[in-house]
Amino acid sequence: MNILILTIIVLFSLSSYYFGRSEARKLITTNKIRLNALPSYYGYYLAVWCGLPALIILSLWSLFEPTIIKILILNNFSYVESKDLFYEQTLSFFNGNFTGEITNDIKIAAERYTSLNNIAYNSKIALLASVLVFSTSYAFKKVKSNNKARDDVELILKGLLFVSSLMAILTTLGIILSLLFESLKFFSTINLFDFIFGTSWSPQRAFVRDASTITPEEYLELKDAFGSVPLFAGTAFIAFIAMCVAVPIGLFSGIYLAEYASTKVRKYSKPIIEILAGIPTVVYGFFAALTVGPFFRSIGESLGLTVSSESALAAGLIMGIMIIPYISSLSDDVINSVPQSLRDGSYAVGATKSETIKKVIIPAALPGIIGSILLAVSRAIGETMIVVMAAGLAANLTINPLESTTTITTQIVMILVGDQEFDSPKTQAAFALGLTLFVATLFLNYIALRVVKKYREKYE
Amino acid sequence: MNKEERLKKRHNSEKRFKFYGLLSVSLALIFVLILIQNIVSKGSSAFSRTTISVDISFDSKLLEIDGPITKKSIENAEFYDLSVESLLKIYPSKDSKEERQVLRLFSPDYEYEIKRYLIKNPDKINQIASVELTSSDDVDQLNKGNFPRDLPEDRRRVSNFQLNIYDNLVEEGKIGKKFNDYFFSKGDSRDPELAGIGGSLMGSFFTIVICLLLSFPIAIMASIYLEEFAPKNKITDFIEININNLAAVPSIVYGLLGLGILLSVMDFPRSTPLVAGITLSLMTLPRIIIPCRASLKAVPPSIREAALSVGASKFQTVFHHVVPLAMPGTLSGTIIGLAQALGETAPLILIGMVAFVVDIPGTPVDPSASLPVQVYLWSEQAERGFVEKTSATIMMLLGFLIVMNFIAVYLRQKFEKKWN
Repeated sequence: MNILILTIIVLFSLSSYYFGRSEARKLITTNKIRLNALPSYYGYYLAVWCGLPALIILSLWSLFEPTIIKILILNNFSYVESKDLFYEQTLSFFNGNFTGEITNDIKIAAERYTSLNNIAYNSKIALLASVLVFSTSYAFKKVKSNNKARDDVELILKGLLFVSSLMAILTTLGIILSLLFESLKFFSTINLFDFIFGTSWSPQRAFVRDASTITPEEYLELKDAFGSVPLFAGTAFIAFIAMCVAVPIGLFSGIYLAEYASTKVRKYSKPIIEILAGIPTVVYGFFAALTVGPFFRSIGESLGLTVSSESALAAGLIMGIMIIPYISSLSDDVINSVPQSLRDGSYAVGATKSETIKKVIIPAALPGIIGSILLAVSRAIGETMIVVMAAGLAANLTINPLESTTTITTQIVMILVGDQEFDSPKTQAAFALGLTLFVATLFLNYIALRVVKKYREKYE
Repeated sequence: MNKEERLKKRHNSEKRFKFYGLLSVSLALIFVLILIQNIVSKGSSAFSRTTISVDISFDSKLLEIDGPITKKSIENAEFYDLSVESLLKIYPSKDSKEERQVLRLFSPDYEYEIKRYLIKNPDKINQIASVELTSSDDVDQLNKGNFPRDLPEDRRRVSNFQLNIYDNLVEEGKIGKKFNDYFFSKGDSRDPELAGIGGSLMGSFFTIVICLLLSFPIAIMASIYLEEFAPKNKITDFIEININNLAAVPSIVYGLLGLGILLSVMDFPRSTPLVAGITLSLMTLPRIIIPCRASLKAVPPSIREAALSVGASKFQTVFHHVVPLAMPGTLSGTIIGLAQALGETAPLILIGMVAFVVDIPGTPVDPSASLPVQVYLWSEQAERGFVEKTSATIMMLLGFLIVMNFIAVYLRQKFEKKWN
C-alpha cells in the first residue's frame, strides 16, 4: 500500500517539475518579467516542495504506526501476562494464519487492530493529501511571485547533503546505544568487576530469567558463567599468533617492494598480495577448518603430539595470512614517503642498501609502521569468521597453541546464532562482549590514526 | 678482522636481507596460489552430477491414470509405486534391507524426476524409456573418486552390495555425468546432491541491490558536503572522526546494531535481505565515503575556479563539473565497497540469515541466505558432498568479486583523468 502512495507522490512531484518550469516560462512570455533564476529551477523548486514534505511525513508515519497501534491495543489488555506473545498471536490471527487456541481476548484485540488500522489508514491519506495540496500551493504562489528559486533550491539541497553526512554520526550513535542498552541490563545482573576479571566462561549454564530474583548462591553460579578473562586471553593469543605471521612477512614484503623490487615485479606482485585482503574471511575460515586444522593434526600425530583440530595455531596462522597485505601495503606506502634525501645521505657515507634501510629508513618510518601494525591488531581482534569456523568453542585458559581456545567474536556468534531469548543474561552478554570489542578496536584505531597522522605531518 | 673481511660480512648481510624480503613476497604469493588451488581442486567437481540411467516402463495402470492422458492427469498420477518398482529392477535384491540399499543409490527426489520426465515426454506413456536419474551423494562421490574403495566396509558410506551394483552399472555404461544445473537452480537442501545456490544467489543479489540503493546516494551526498560545502568547524570535525572510526569498526558490531535496533526495536522481518541490505549499507557507507572524498579532492581547484569565474553558482560548479569529473573514482570506490559487503558474513549471521531456507526468495522480504552465509552453513555439514558444494560456492563468490574488482580497476584506468 505504501508503495502505491509513494509512487503517487513521486509522480506528482515529477509532473510538478514540468508544471513549474512551464509556469516560469509563461511568466517570461506573457508577463515580460525578467526571472531571478533559470526556468528549470522553478520546476525543481515546485517539485521539491511537492514531494519532500509528503515523503517525510509518510516515512515518519510508517516508522511509528506499528508501535503506536501496538501500545494502543495493549493498553486495553494490561492483565495479559506475556504481552509480546499476545500481540504476536493477535497479528497472526488477523492475518489468518494463527494455529492455536483462539481466546476471546485475541478476537477482541484483532477487531480493535482492524479498526485502528482503518483509522490510521484514512487519517494518513487525509494528512498526506492536505500536506501535498498545501505545500504545493504555497510553492506555486512563490513561483508566481518570481522568487529566488535557485537560492531556495540550493539551500534545500545543501540541507539534504548535510543530513546525509550526519548518517555517520547516527550510525555511531546507533551502535553505541544498541550496545550500551543491552550491556547496561547485563551489568545490572552481573557485576562489571566479575565480568572483567572472572576466569570461567560458560554462558550455556545461565538459565536465570528475572534479574530481580537472583539469590546470592545463584549469583555465585552466574558469576562463573560470565567471567570473560578466557575470552580476552584467547582473543589476544590468537591475535598474537596472527601478528607473529603477519608482521615479519608483511614488513619484509613492504620493504622489498618499496626498496628492492623492479617496477615490473612491483606492478604485478602488489595487487596479487592485495588479493589476500579482498578474499572474504569466510573463505579463510573454510580453508583453516577443513585443510589447515586437519593438516596440523596429522603432523602432530606423526610427531606424537596431541593437536586439537580446532587449534589456536591454525586459526592464528590463517588470520596472519589474511593480515599480511594490511601491513605490507601500509608500510610500503610509509617507506615510499620517506624523503629520498635521507637515503642519498646514507649512501653518500658508504652504507649498503640494507644498512640504509635498517638504520635510516625504518627509524624514520617507524611511527607509520607502528600505526599500520596497530591497525592490523585491531583487524585481528575484530575478525570473526576465521575464528568461528576454525577456533574452538570451549573457553580454555591456555597458552598452548596446539589446544583450542575461543575468542570474543566467536562467543558473540555462538550466543546469537539461531533463536535468541531476549532479556536473558546470555543474550545481553553478547552485547557486553560487543561493547568491549567496540571500545578496544576504537582505542587501537584512534592511536593508530594519531600516530600515522603525526608521521605524515612530519614529512609532507 | 681486516677491512676486506668486514666488507665481505657487510655484503653478505646485504644479500641475506634482500633474500628475506624476496622470501616474504614469495611466501605471500604462494599462499594466494595454495588457497586458490585448494578451493578450485575441491570445488570444480561440484559442477557435474552423476546420473544413473534406468529403464522405466510407464504403465498407465500403475500410474493410476483412468481415462484420457492429458498433462493434468499425468501431474496428478501416482508415481511412487512405479518408480520404486522400476528402480528395484536394476539389481536383484534378496530382502527389504537390500531393497532399501538399492533405492539409496538414487537421490530422494527420484519420484519427481521421473514425473518431470513424463510431463516433458507424454508420448512415452505405456512404453519403456531410459531415464537419467540423479544418483545419491554417496554414488556421486564414489564416481568422482572422492571415496577410497579399499577401506573396510564399516568405514565406508557405501556397502559392498552397493559397490557391486555400482560396478555393474558402470560396466553396462549406465552411469553418466551431466552438467549440474541443480547447483544453480535449486535452494538449500539436506541432501548434497539436491542442494543448490539458487536461493543464496538471489538473497545476495537483493542484499547488494538494497545496499547499493541506500549507501551510494548517501555516501556521494555526504562526501560532496564534506569536500565542497562543509565549513571548518566542530561539527564537521566530529563527522570526519566518526567516518574514519566507523570504517575500522569490526563488521560483527554492525551485526549487533542490526539485531539490537533493526530487529528488536524496529521489528523488521528477520532473516531477510532487506535487513541484511540495511545493515551492510551502514557498514559500507564510511568505506565508500572515504574513496569518494579522495576522488573529489583529486579534481584540481582550477576547474572550480574556471566555472565560478564564468558565473556558475557553487552548486552548479560542483554538480556540473566537479562531480562528473570525480565519477570514475567514485564509482570504482563504490564497487569495491560493495564487493566487501558481498563477502561479509558475520553481521548476516547475527541478523538470522543462517536459517535453513529451501525456497528461492522472490522478494527482499522473504527469508533467505546469501552466498557467504551459504559457505558457512555448508561447511558445518558432515557429508563429503557438501565439501565440494562449499568450494564451488566459494568459487562463484570469488568469481563475482573478481569481476567487480576488474570493473572498478577498468573504470579508474579508462575514465579517470590524470591531472598534472
